[in-house]
Amino acid sequence: MENYLTLFETYDVPAAFWVNIQLSFWAAIWALVLGTVLALFRISPIQSLQWFGAAYVNIFRNTPLTVILAFGFLGLFSVMQISLAENLGSSLFRIAILGLALYHAAFVCEAIRSGVNTVPLGQAEAARAIGLSFLPAARLVILPQAFRGAVAPLGNVLIALIKNSTVAAAGSVATESSSLMKTMIEFRSDLVIPIFFTFALGFVILVIPIGLLTTWASRKLAVAR
Amino acid sequence: MSAQQVLFDAPGPRARRTILIGNIVGVLVALGVLAWVVSALADRGQLAGSMWSPFLEGRTWEFFILPGLLNTLKAAGASIVGAVLFGLVFGVGRLSHAAPIRWVAGTVVEFFRAVPVLLMMIFFWLALGRSGVVQPQDAPFLAVVIALTLYNGSVIAELVRSGVHGLPKGQREAGMAIGLTRTQSLRNVEVPQALLAMLPALVSQFVVILKDSALGFIITYPELLQGVRRLGVGEGNVIPSLLVAAAIFIAINFALSSLATRLSGFLSFRTRGRRPAARGSMTMDPAST
Repeated sequence: MENYLTLFETYDVPAAFWVNIQLSFWAAIWALVLGTVLALFRISPIQSLQWFGAAYVNIFRNTPLTVILAFGFLGLFSVMQISLAENLGSSLFRIAILGLALYHAAFVCEAIRSGVNTVPLGQAEAARAIGLSFLPAARLVILPQAFRGAVAPLGNVLIALIKNSTVAAAGSVATESSSLMKTMIEFRSDLVIPIFFTFALGFVILVIPIGLLTTWASRKLAVAR
Repeated sequence: MSAQQVLFDAPGPRARRTILIGNIVGVLVALGVLAWVVSALADRGQLAGSMWSPFLEGRTWEFFILPGLLNTLKAAGASIVGAVLFGLVFGVGRLSHAAPIRWVAGTVVEFFRAVPVLLMMIFFWLALGRSGVVQPQDAPFLAVVIALTLYNGSVIAELVRSGVHGLPKGQREAGMAIGLTRTQSLRNVEVPQALLAMLPALVSQFVVILKDSALGFIITYPELLQGVRRLGVGEGNVIPSLLVAAAIFIAINFALSSLATRLSGFLSFRTRGRRPAARGSMTMDPAST
């Protein structure tokens, strides 16, 4: 037991989780913005935008996140020498956020589209009947209800995003928790199982409240029909 | 609101003109972005013939891409078998009428659904590699398969459970009426029907397994991404190699996703019973990496 406690003096476990939380937070914001725009594209009357939205979703949803993040590091960073910040660490960090956001935007788009599917036909017809054109109808009538119907699937995307932030290890963000776990197991192979359960429990603690919260919120916010 | 065309009226002359302008602007912007990407790639010499010519040579496919793809498919195939078995056992476990079994199965399923697959992979990789139980060179493959089985098996267990819950109550009652016990009714009447209803969601989960097998890259499993990385480093064409790998993944997964959509259309015809809309390909599990 004392052996186990010394781990926390040698390694800063909360700091590693904090990196994952930061990655998830920024990626979630960008994914939400991009995903909403893509969902608007997919339901818009302009075919080229519909086509673009569908192509984006099909491409990014079917590519492994590991490939996207490896591309960010090996391709964008190493070969193209694109840097998004002055120092190396935060540049890699931002490229990982970019990769996570691009990937999860496809799922956000599908979540919002499933929310749009919960809005009854009459709402759109009513919006048209009072003379609203596409964008005002979407902004004032459809999307507010769609978001309320999409809380549960959006919550699932957020949970997936938090867990997937560990894949940033493929994008060489070496400070996040799966990389730290690897280092800790390599140096303290006598404590393999306690180390794994520490990290696993950390994610259970992060993820389960979000699941409960979004389930509660989706019931609370659901439009009574 | 499935017919999304109701969001806007049938376009009249003015709306048609606006849509035309929108289309032209949209296409121009898309072309502009494409041109920018192409010129950025060309600036770094990524479009030179020598970058792409390795893909015309047999040895590239023979030594880098096909062995990697084979390993990816091997790991994914083993994980699919494992995950379906795991999912059936724990899904039925969660439906058991013995409270302790239900409770244990529920805890296991919730735990493995909450832990990132990559953490499990790294854990099994290092733990198996050091334990001496398996050959060290087998550890990455086993770690990939075990981690994917545990995570996706838990997801499939939830599919089984929700599939059975979605069946009409009359199915179980009919089973009881002809003298089956609850376990027999579950096994012979309810689960087979639930399996059929969950088939599209199951195929979508196979896409997740195939995508997640690429995580093996991080734990040195020689799958497709690892193969193209070695190729890219050797030939100095990292970006073309990664793009080819991505295209292969997209082609396979797109085919599987289309199969899921078709199945869900076919089955909605076949299983007209009262059940919640199947989690079809529209809502593919985002936990996929």
